[in-house]
Amino acid sequence: MEKAALKLVVIGGSAGSVDVIMRIVPFLPSDPDFSIVLVLHRKSSDDTTLEDVVSIKSAMKVIPVEDKTMLETGAIFIAPSDYHLLFEPTGELSLDVSEKINYSRPSIDVSFESAAAIYKNRLTAILLTGANSDGTAGLISVKENDGFVIIQDPESADIPFMPANALENMTPDLVLDVDGIVNFLNSGF
Amino acid sequence: MTATDSEIEAIISTIFEYYGYDFSGYSRASLNRRVNRLLELGNYSHVEDLLSRIRHEPDYFERVVGDLTVNVTEMFRDPQFYKQLREKILPIIGTKPFIRIWHAGCSTGEEVFSMAILLDEHKLLEKTLLYATDISPDVLQTAKKGIFPLRQMKQYAENYASSGGKEDFSKYYMANYGLAKFEDRLIARMVFSQHNLVSDRSFNEFDLILCRNVLIYFDKDLQNRALTLFDDSLPNLGFLALGSKENIKFSVLSHRYQQVEREKIWKKLR
Ligand SMILES: C[S@@+](CC[C@H](N)C(=O)[O-])C[C@H]1O[C@@H](n2cnc3c(N)ncnc32)[C@H](O)[C@@H]1O
Repeated sequence: MEKAALKLVVIGGSAGSVDVIMRIVPFLPSDPDFSIVLVLHRKSSDDTTLEDVVSIKSAMKVIPVEDKTMLETGAIFIAPSDYHLLFEPTGELSLDVSEKINYSRPSIDVSFESAAAIYKNRLTAILLTGANSDGTAGLISVKENDGFVIIQDPESADIPFMPANALENMTPDLVLDVDGIVNFLNSGF
Repeated sequence: MTATDSEIEAIISTIFEYYGYDFSGYSRASLNRRVNRLLELGNYSHVEDLLSRIRHEPDYFERVVGDLTVNVTEMFRDPQFYKQLREKILPIIGTKPFIRIWHAGCSTGEEVFSMAILLDEHKLLEKTLLYATDISPDVLQTAKKGIFPLRQMKQYAENYASSGGKEDFSKYYMANYGLAKFEDRLIARMVFSQHNLVSDRSFNEFDLILCRNVLIYFDKDLQNRALTLFDDSLPNLGFLALGSKENIKFSVLSHRYQQVEREKIWKKLR
């Protein structure tokens, strides 16, 4: 349980979100007091590419997630494609190949819900651009567990559907464009 | 409804008490999701109702095992993995007079049929026995029939081709009423039986053990238990293959096994 005490940011995104991530990571603090988990929809063939480009652009340590990878402060964890990513009470991340949800695996809803259950008010969930309705149910569960919710301003999103769908169904703490998200992550929130 | 932590504990201990299946070492986040899905599918409004059915209906319990475990599988899942089996592993184990392979957690059998096809293409099938085991009797019933939905064959044929398969994939099955029935001569080399990685022992020695996407459902202690069981079932220089995001790096086996190449296949050192 001790490890679960850390401050966690989970970022979910679909179509267009890799570009947003590329605009965020160069401006992250090098030794922050939180860790970031990226849950993005993408093709399995792109796995190593995303890890490589994030590593090159980021001052934070980048860790590709395998089963039972232990979360640590100050690093960016990247969910693999084709597995759901879950948060364990031990501070470990675990993987699951169960059915796709909303045509997606990883499902952003699954990761948000599972993180919310463990990290409660130490969790910040950020939902980015995308073309489906994944993420909305997860954000609702983050709020129910006293977490903090940020939705990318649909006007600033490549594909506004996903953040717009979330906004129609729940009230986030903040709606931010990409620069706003960068500032938030540097604010010591 | 969603089950509380103590309700989950009650389900785990009832199952253990009545049937001896121990789910206490399963990854908790995934097990919670499975339990909640089971409650939803069964339209339960009280966990007590589920517990009572588990206690009194052994047939229903078999279905519960199938529902608590995740049985999603594919033929030639991760084609690069099968490519490495073709190019690096089969030529080595193929020099033996007789080959034994164990698929632990074989689910509905897609992985076993994929392996049988590889062996056939390397002219090794006739001297191989494929042992396929799972905790769930339900999936084994499906597996031994070798009948899979026809609509999945397009994807499987693509996976097969990316794994280096050169044949027309459809030659391995007969299509009929939306189903694909795989050849009996493949099934003839397979032995299916129930085996629980949590509590059962090693039952033979194998040249290659595959246990893919099963350990992700276990916590670290239970993973080490299963890995020790595999170690007991492998001779020196035997091979162990895991799922593409599973690793033995931080396990009891790490120092005595060497990864063959990029894929998750290790060789047991002398
Ligand atoms: C996701 S499937 C993996 C199927 C296949 N190996 C693959 O990678 O596609 C996981 C399988 O592990 C089985 N399993 C779960 N717990 C087990 C245990 N304790 N002993 C044996 N098999 C188990 C489940 O019944 C399920 O069929």
